[in-house]
Amino acid sequence: MKERKSFKLLFDLFFTLFKIGFIAFGGGYAIVALLENELITKKKWATQDEFLDMVGIAESTPGPIAINSATYIGYKKAGVLGSFMATLGVCTPCFILMYIVSVFYNEFMTNTFISAAFSGIQVCVIYLIAMAGIKMFKNIKKNVFSIIALITTITCIVLTNIYDVAISSIWYIVIGGFLGIVLNSISNILRKERKK
Amino acid sequence: MILFNLFVTFFKIGAFSFGGGYAMISLISEAILKHGWMTESEILSFIGVETVVPGPISVNMATFVGYQQAGFFGGLCATLGVILPSFIIILLISMALKNLLKYKPVEAFLTSIRPVVIGLIIATALTMGISLLFNIETINSEFLIDFKSLYVLASIILVSISYKLINKKPIPNALLILIAGILGLALFL
Repeated sequence: MKERKSFKLLFDLFFTLFKIGFIAFGGGYAIVALLENELITKKKWATQDEFLDMVGIAESTPGPIAINSATYIGYKKAGVLGSFMATLGVCTPCFILMYIVSVFYNEFMTNTFISAAFSGIQVCVIYLIAMAGIKMFKNIKKNVFSIIALITTITCIVLTNIYDVAISSIWYIVIGGFLGIVLNSISNILRKERKK
Repeated sequence: MILFNLFVTFFKIGAFSFGGGYAMISLISEAILKHGWMTESEILSFIGVETVVPGPISVNMATFVGYQQAGFFGGLCATLGVILPSFIIILLISMALKNLLKYKPVEAFLTSIRPVVIGLIIATALTMGISLLFNIETINSEFLIDFKSLYVLASIILVSISYKLINKKPIPNALLILIAGILGLALFL
């Protein structure tokens, strides 16, 4: 009986996340509202507080929010197998859809009209990327460290690009993160000293 | 070998794609350009298509690049590669490391990479922008202004500002892409 119940739960996890993956256009933050509606309001798989915790974890770990949330809720409801089914569920629709797009992509793009339209769209995409960055900057805490980190990163990347030096972006993330840890512990030590 | 290469490349992208959405573009485009899998303008076109297909950018990009390089199994390997790191990390956090994110050094790491990731996004837009609009890729490139692209850029900035003023909310990305597509048809055909 118990086995049958968990089997049903695994299927439920798969199909619910499959549905979410199917309607999650554009990715990013619109997905949070969708997840809340499906997982909390309809399925009641977690409380509001647990949901907020989950989104917090999904946002601060690498990877798309939808996948991180799926893994998390899947594990919470049905262990490792549950997290596997939920993650598989959320990824399968975009894999299938993108696969179909990929098969027809080259033919589609060589069309004269389409390629003209995309000459315009390319400019728009650059604008969208820039706007996404500016919007994220508005939402973070601004202090000396964050502003210096931002400006240094931008300057280094633009310059290395122009002078054709290849440095992986991963290094900027790693160095930025470890500098943060070092500065944070130094300021903690200074604060303790001052208290004494 | 290409399958393994796709898997490893996208695994690395998956492991470092902090910030979600457009934050992943700098890592992805850098890896794709390095391997010569796509050109810069092909990447931009693809992101345009991607905006109207459901699913996270990194997963879509992995499926697409993998398929283009090595067919079905290429798509599968790249997609698995990009998903696996977040799957493992979330699983570890939910199994054993519940308080990992509250641990001070981890917290400091995550807060201080935020401006770096934002820098990566803005820098990607800048380098792609100056190469598309002014033909500047390296210091030796000849300075050429692409007036048509500049015209498209000016128009979409104008459209999105007026949309925001009238409707009090930002213009949906898909609508802006549609407008840019129509402008492209009018100017580049």
